[in-house]
Amino acid sequence: MTSRRLESGGFVDRGKVFEFKFDGRTLKGFAGDTLASALLANDVAVVSRSFKYHRPRGIVSAGADEPNAIMQIGKDDATLPNLRATQTELYNNMVARSTKGWPSVNFDVSAINALFGRVFSAGFYYKTFMRPKRLWRCYERFIRSSAGWGSAPAGNDPDEYAHRNAHCDVLVVGAGPSGLAAAVAASRTGARVILVDEQNEFGGSLLSEDTTIDSVPAMQWLEKTVAELSNCETVQCLTRTTAFGYYDDNFVAAVERCADHLGKPPGQTVRERLWRICAREVVLAQGAFERPLAFCNNDRPGVMMASAVQTYVNRYAVLPGERAVLFTNNDSAYFAAVAFKKAGGLLAAIIDSRQSGAGVTAVTNAVDHGIPIMNGHLVTDVVGKKRVRKAQVAQWSGDTSQTIKNTVSIECDLLMMSGGWSPAVHLHSQAGGKNIWDETHHCFVPGETLQQNRSVGAGAGQWSLMECLQRGGDAGRTTAEACGFVVQAGQTYETPQDQENPIEPLWRVPASRSPDRCAKQFLDFQNDTSVADVRLAVREGYRSIEHVKRYTALGFGTDQGKLGNINGMGVLAEALEVPIAQVGTTTFRPAYTPVTFGAGAGEDIGEIYDPVRKTAMHEWHEMQGAPMEVVGQWLRPWYFPQYGEDIHAAVARECMAARNSLAIMDASTLGKIDVQGRDSVALLERIYTHDVGRMAVGRCAYGIMLGEDGLLMDDGVMARLGEQRFYLTTTTGGAAAVLTWLERWLQTEWPELDVHLTSTTDHWSTIAVVGPKSRELLQKVGCNVSLQRENFPFMTVKDAELGGFPVQLFRVSFSGELAFEVNIGSNYAMAMWELLIDAGQEFQITPYGTETLHVLRAEKGFVIVGQDTDGSVSPVDLKMNWLLSKNKDYLGKRSLQRADLVRTDRKQFVGFVPVDGKTVVAEGTQLVNDPLLPVPTPMCGHITSSYASACLGHPIALGLLQSGHARIGEQVVAAQSDGTYVDMQVVSPVFYDPKSERQNV
Amino acid sequence: MKKYSAFGLLRNALSYNEKWPEAWRSPEPKRKYDVVIVGGGGHGLATAYYLAKEHGVQNIAVLEKGWIGGGNTGRNTTIVRSNYLWTEAALLYEKSLKLWEDLSQDLNYNVMFSQRGVYNLAHSLQDVRDIERRVSANRLNGIDAEFVAPEQLKKNIPGLRVTANSRYPVLGASLQRRGGVARHDAVAWGYARAADQRGVDIIQQCEVTGIRREGGKVIGVDTTRGAIAADKVGVVVAGHASVLADMAGIRLPIESHPLQAFVSEPLKPVLDTVVMSNGVHGYISQSDKGELVIGAGIDSYNGYGQRGSFHTIEHTMQAIIELFPAFSRVRMLRQWGGIVDTCPDACPIISKTPVSGLYFNCGWGTGGFKATPGSGWAFAHTIAEDRSHELNAAFDLQRFTSGALIDEHGAAGVAH
Ligand SMILES: Cc1cc2nc3c(=O)[nH]c(=O)nc-3n(C[C@H](O)[C@H](O)[C@H](O)COP(=O)(O)OP(=O)(O)OC[C@H]3O[C@@H](n4cnc5c(N)ncnc54)[C@H](O)[C@@H]3O)c2cc1C
Repeated sequence: MTSRRLESGGFVDRGKVFEFKFDGRTLKGFAGDTLASALLANDVAVVSRSFKYHRPRGIVSAGADEPNAIMQIGKDDATLPNLRATQTELYNNMVARSTKGWPSVNFDVSAINALFGRVFSAGFYYKTFMRPKRLWRCYERFIRSSAGWGSAPAGNDPDEYAHRNAHCDVLVVGAGPSGLAAAVAASRTGARVILVDEQNEFGGSLLSEDTTIDSVPAMQWLEKTVAELSNCETVQCLTRTTAFGYYDDNFVAAVERCADHLGKPPGQTVRERLWRICAREVVLAQGAFERPLAFCNNDRPGVMMASAVQTYVNRYAVLPGERAVLFTNNDSAYFAAVAFKKAGGLLAAIIDSRQSGAGVTAVTNAVDHGIPIMNGHLVTDVVGKKRVRKAQVAQWSGDTSQTIKNTVSIECDLLMMSGGWSPAVHLHSQAGGKNIWDETHHCFVPGETLQQNRSVGAGAGQWSLMECLQRGGDAGRTTAEACGFVVQAGQTYETPQDQENPIEPLWRVPASRSPDRCAKQFLDFQNDTSVADVRLAVREGYRSIEHVKRYTALGFGTDQGKLGNINGMGVLAEALEVPIAQVGTTTFRPAYTPVTFGAGAGEDIGEIYDPVRKTAMHEWHEMQGAPMEVVGQWLRPWYFPQYGEDIHAAVARECMAARNSLAIMDASTLGKIDVQGRDSVALLERIYTHDVGRMAVGRCAYGIMLGEDGLLMDDGVMARLGEQRFYLTTTTGGAAAVLTWLERWLQTEWPELDVHLTSTTDHWSTIAVVGPKSRELLQKVGCNVSLQRENFPFMTVKDAELGGFPVQLFRVSFSGELAFEVNIGSNYAMAMWELLIDAGQEFQITPYGTETLHVLRAEKGFVIVGQDTDGSVSPVDLKMNWLLSKNKDYLGKRSLQRADLVRTDRKQFVGFVPVDGKTVVAEGTQLVNDPLLPVPTPMCGHITSSYASACLGHPIALGLLQSGHARIGEQVVAAQSDGTYVDMQVVSPVFYDPKSERQNV
Repeated sequence: MKKYSAFGLLRNALSYNEKWPEAWRSPEPKRKYDVVIVGGGGHGLATAYYLAKEHGVQNIAVLEKGWIGGGNTGRNTTIVRSNYLWTEAALLYEKSLKLWEDLSQDLNYNVMFSQRGVYNLAHSLQDVRDIERRVSANRLNGIDAEFVAPEQLKKNIPGLRVTANSRYPVLGASLQRRGGVARHDAVAWGYARAADQRGVDIIQQCEVTGIRREGGKVIGVDTTRGAIAADKVGVVVAGHASVLADMAGIRLPIESHPLQAFVSEPLKPVLDTVVMSNGVHGYISQSDKGELVIGAGIDSYNGYGQRGSFHTIEHTMQAIIELFPAFSRVRMLRQWGGIVDTCPDACPIISKTPVSGLYFNCGWGTGGFKATPGSGWAFAHTIAEDRSHELNAAFDLQRFTSGALIDEHGAAGVAH
């Protein structure tokens, strides 16, 4: 294999040789290479196959617009799919694979598809594979099997990702000449500047071009400028950082690639860092993309962008061919041709489509280097399958509708093409800016902006180096000034002045036959979208650029149309017979280049995906071996198994302890809200349905709140601690929502109310001491208030000292037993818990978890909001009419009068027992009156809670049943999801102690 | 009009594809139509198609302000399923699913309806209860549904993390095997072509700016291409429903929110079903091109700008990595947003209005793509007969007055 590496020049480090593997072959490159430049240096022509026709493809570009060289890099769990070789820095021992072509890129059996090129025209799949219907699954499997480029890894990502927030005055995106000039100018005012560039070093086009600034080689200016910026304290320089998304409020997201290029084993450093940048002003200096030319077989390996050739020659010291032809419609590519020639390549000819050719500077330059120029000529086709061998060249009058009769062949193994330049308006467009058509340079340039941003340099259609530097500097100063910094007079730059001839657009190159019949002229290389496809779309009525894009897949590749879209728009404009400006662009969406999910996700994955909330007693529960139930963000002990008990045995034991002696539960996860302020009563009266104002200080009450629709939202016990001070509890899951709900009304509807709401959920820990012996226990540990019924009746609260700790003591019960809830500052909670556990030994104190909590309350027929209710249940359905005050208005009250809410056949809350006395039906199971009715079988309700009850000796269930309140004593059928049926007897939901005597003792 | 077939493809290939006819005409608007449908999304086009096909209405126009399918139809993540909880919703979505199953043949346009199954994961005991409830209800409604235990899930969905120690462990899932995905653009185009063949005028670049009424009855619309008279006007404009309602002096209980989605770069096949999770808030499938298609919940603010906030995308990526850790190294290619019209009960409105001859179909929120055929079918009936079909009777505007809401927040928890 020949080496195409030049003896000298470029920015590669010849002293540092890297070995790498490509499709199993071991090759060599240098530090400073990209994978693409290293492949070219090793004379690898075919790197991929195209999507539809499996045509052999080579490297076309040197940047983000590369459509072909899509690689799988690395191995095992650290493998990375779909990396562009042109933007992948080489490292030692890199393993790269091509992602298309079976058995190999050089011999691909699916290349047979190409024979059916015309059948596989745009949108063909919408027109076939429909009959016979049952075969669609097979067709689909076949279609899917050819999907995709690279493969996702199979295992967990060994790497880590980070997020970082940054604020600055001026963000400069792109560190080519215009971006550098902007950054320097802004930084000199003292503004805080962030400069990002996606490449491994700053310089942009200066790294590929051979020119001067202020009469010294541009490289010297570059070094000096970069040094000034890096030494400036207020400037943050970020290389290998791509600004990929421009969102509202001048928020720009950028990804810094910190590790891939190091080639170290994964997991040693943060792989990528997402920068979330809030900038007061943004300067966009992203440069421009060169456009291909759409001649026949323009996708053959060896056909490359002229500027890419220049980059490979000047920056990477690689000569991508021996004998080249340049095909162009503008002046810029002449310099690429000269660079190629100067580096030792043979330049057979410059084929310029313009009748009058290039301007003086370009022509002189070419002629000085002995390059023949053919004006008014075209390359209509190339010969060669896996590598260009010849270019077919013809004279041309300038009339695109013409077909070309006579061509001559020019031998070459490299065809450089340039169809002009398109400014990278991506971020400008994402920011909401419009684009306008520049009639002189025939490209879309940024127009009006909606946010605080401006574009400069090639990205704004400013083409000369002088203009880039000058306008860049201006932008740096203007933006800094806009941020309030004092600006000195601008700097001027001196650069060689070129005399140019204007570009003449050539969206489609005439061929020997009509564009519908000639060999494929590709627009989007990756998706195999050709000129004929776009024309077909128009013929079939897909005329909007968005329709054309979707019908032909133009611009849907991983380069997102950076390379080919503009030619597609040109071809579309021609077919529609309208100016290209009228065709418009498709919407530019983030990401500018693809962004790793891992980078987007940052640190918040795995264990810390979501904060874990643990109570003060959590470790104690864990030590007891309690399995945890996930309730919102909380982890709650589910049950406390002993000696190999299963959940059923454990829960039965826990329940009996609570009913017969003494049990203890960690209830700290209850939502708690402290309410204070002059109008506390007024606010709560409007929120809760009962008469809040009538509660005496020191009283507790069970309260519910309704949505505006009259349906139950949340419930909990509230306590009146003072005239205008309340303590509210909410369900564990509803805590945040309830606080938000209260705040919403307070802030948006009733701002005149003086109320302060504070979440105290974490501040207080709550220990429920439950069972006939609970009073004795509290007395035993020492309580400074009398716990007797007369002094401390059910549903009251007192400040107290318990075992020497200050506590709030509630006499409330969610189990129906004599019970106390101890609120204690969370820092003391564990000590209190242990105190109670120790003191409780003589009563066989039994800790219990959420499952027993559920059973105990179900035996008493207490609802759990969110389990027994679902957002469609009214308080009347729950027989909670006693809670609905007639003396006042409250949220949802009027809705309770609506036609549907006063129906008597609504689903109502009742209890059930299985007729067989032993089946515990699955929670959620639907109820039917007659399971034998044909589908859709009418349903009359469902089971919301279902348990084995140890103290009752049979299973119990709760649920909602149509007209349920009137159906006590009847039977219904539970239709379980596994297809079995269970007969259920409808009963009162209160199974245990119906007179509620036990909690009052 | 020529039928699409494999043979037709071959024949046209021989004539260099130069003879393909237009998929639909682009006529100038007439001065008057019997029925004007506002909104050329899937729902609007389907309505026009069924009006012509099922009800023999002759003189129909679909008015679209941009290009057909350019709204949510062309922006959605294409999940199709019918396993809704409440009978009213389930039967409507099931009607739709049945139409989907024959849609390619009916329209003679391959909409690539791929019944690869849809899983809804449970991450808490309450999720499990809710899924039991839904599966049980689905079966009674004759809709295929099953509960899949964690062990089986591991086998069915390689790559899905089903371990007890994850932050929100997977405790099971519901599976609807007949659910899946379809090609969104093809739905709009297929309906457009089939409607056009039945004489429907599809008029693009024609924005409705006013709704003309006289004596409580609709008489036509004002558009950017002039006034168009109509006996009946059906409005199906998704996120812009409130704007159109305002033109007719009607207030709808609709909130418009941005909803975002994104796709990865195309990958070799890794996921052959649809996985959704309310618990960690994300859902994912893989397109026939190989892109992972991913979405999550709405951005919580109201607005009409079709863009959302980046943090929503970050959360969604976290959720996807929670479910499929290996996708951490996969890259997002493109993200976008649409404006969805959400109702307080997460159910749609297909209804007559206080204005005679004016009908609204909206409120599909985050999940109306799956309903496209059924919604069009029921709306066509409502317009043609001037009364609801029994399938959409419950989805009348009246329910917001009567309180007969159909709360589908559980089934529609994440966008889809
Ligand atoms: C990101 C995202 C993901 C989604 N994922 C799913 C999913 O996986 N599954 C699912 O079932 N659903 C999903 N949906 C929801 C689904 O896309 C919509 O519910 C459905 O497509 C609505 O269809 P439509 O035809 O009513 O609306 P659209 O397609 O939006 O059509 C409405 C049309 O009305 C036009 N219009 C508006 N105003 C006017 C006017 N004044 N004059 C004329 N024309 C007008 C608009 O231009 C538009 O074309 C998703 C939505 C989004 C945004």
